[in-house]
Amino acid sequence: MTALAARLPAGRYGFRHVARMEWIKLRSLRSTWWTLVITVAGAIAIGVAVGINTRNGSGDLTNNALAGIIPALVLTSVLGVLTMTNEYSSGMIRSTLAAAPSRPLLLAAKAAVFGATALVVGEAASFISFFAGGAALSHGIAAPTLGEPGVLRAVLLSGASFGLVGLIGLGLGAMVRHSAAACAAVVGVLYVAPAMIGGVSHSVARYLPIFIVGNSLSTTKPQSCAPGAACVHSLSAWAGLGVIALYAVAALAIGGWLFARRDA
Amino acid sequence: MIEVRDLTKRYGPTVAVDALSFDVRPGAVTGFLGANGSGKSTTMRLILGLDRPDAGQARIGGRRLRDLRWPLREVGSLLEARAFHPGRTARDHLAALAASNDIARRRVDDVLGLVGLAGAARRRAGTFSLGMGQRLGIAAALLGDPPVLLLDEPVNGLDPAGIRWIRDLLRSLAAQGRAVFVSSHLISEMALLAEHLVVIGQGRLLADTSVAQMSAGASSLEEAFLALTEPSTEYRTARPAPAPATSAREGRS
Repeated sequence: MTALAARLPAGRYGFRHVARMEWIKLRSLRSTWWTLVITVAGAIAIGVAVGINTRNGSGDLTNNALAGIIPALVLTSVLGVLTMTNEYSSGMIRSTLAAAPSRPLLLAAKAAVFGATALVVGEAASFISFFAGGAALSHGIAAPTLGEPGVLRAVLLSGASFGLVGLIGLGLGAMVRHSAAACAAVVGVLYVAPAMIGGVSHSVARYLPIFIVGNSLSTTKPQSCAPGAACVHSLSAWAGLGVIALYAVAALAIGGWLFARRDA
Repeated sequence: MIEVRDLTKRYGPTVAVDALSFDVRPGAVTGFLGANGSGKSTTMRLILGLDRPDAGQARIGGRRLRDLRWPLREVGSLLEARAFHPGRTARDHLAALAASNDIARRRVDDVLGLVGLAGAARRRAGTFSLGMGQRLGIAAALLGDPPVLLLDEPVNGLDPAGIRWIRDLLRSLAAQGRAVFVSSHLISEMALLAEHLVVIGQGRLLADTSVAQMSAGASSLEEAFLALTEPSTEYRTARPAPAPATSAREGRS
């Protein structure tokens, strides 16, 4: 016993180790890669389709090229959910917690690894969509360039939304734990609720994640109203990003609190 | 060494584990016996921190679970057969766990060889038979070469050769000075495997004794176990009708 215990190396397991475990877990599932490939391909395809069908160059061409971002975010949010819930459905959670019993540490490592992956993939989807959507323009319409006002910001923040929306999914997965229910919850919160609220109240709708992505982040100029019109201005791009980040933090905080308290 | 002290877990009005205290000592296989539903699995989950106890605590090597510095190097565990994602290969599954405790990558191949899965390392675990899944779980438990091992029903799903293999493996691990804690409801298996026994019924400790002592007063270990646990079993099968010569009072059942 003493001899066996004496072999324990110095130090202790920490964020770096748990993050490595989470990265191996994420990259060793084929479904991760399929989902990410479809996410990027889908975003690009929609951007190209909108580009081909654009006949009037006076609109926000950057926003047009990024039209595939919101549909693609469905997959990222669901992948975020599954990253958490597949631990429970497979039984893997027992192995995971045996290796890393600290649940706040585990969720932090999961969030960092998944958030960073979704961010990188999101930026790829956003930039490629932007250039592909621009290249698909015809009818003598010039493609937008990154140097034009607000364009680089719109492309960067659209990509960033993947990281944040993915984390909202991860947090919801930690709260709900059952894959089907958690997927329904994330699609309901992100897509169905806005569709209902958007029809009733624009002043509330502008704080909803999908409206923020569509009207504040992916636009060179946040959608606003004609002077004197009876509608509400969208949030500015940076305010919108801050609000989505708050949702992600809140989802992870509540999910983490439940994760730490509940029996696994 | 595992020290369990006053461990208690309630699910609503049901007390699953009731002020349970016992030690699992190094250098021996300690069997954990109890009828179905007696609280064996819950006790193991409490020791491993998967469930939160309502009272009491468990210590592993003198420390609480949350204070373990390298959990996989301090306690290895096998709970239910499937504690892996079916889409991941055996090697990736173990490599991920190894990374979390800074365990050298070659140890993954070592334990795969040890449990006889070297040839299936690149296969996705979802394609494994029950017995192979069990072997993968044992590989994960051994990954950190821990001085304490907890295994819940490890022979489930194994064929006779597999059962013999795990019996020899666990006995040799104990002989190396490790504390090995194994639950089972198979008394005959326990008689062959364990030196010490912890017996529970309805979450309470019924016996903490050596196999030799427990079977001493009865015709077999099985008889001793049944006599000990009968008052605390929730369900009861009808006994065969007593012979006509017995008293009227007994015959009424």
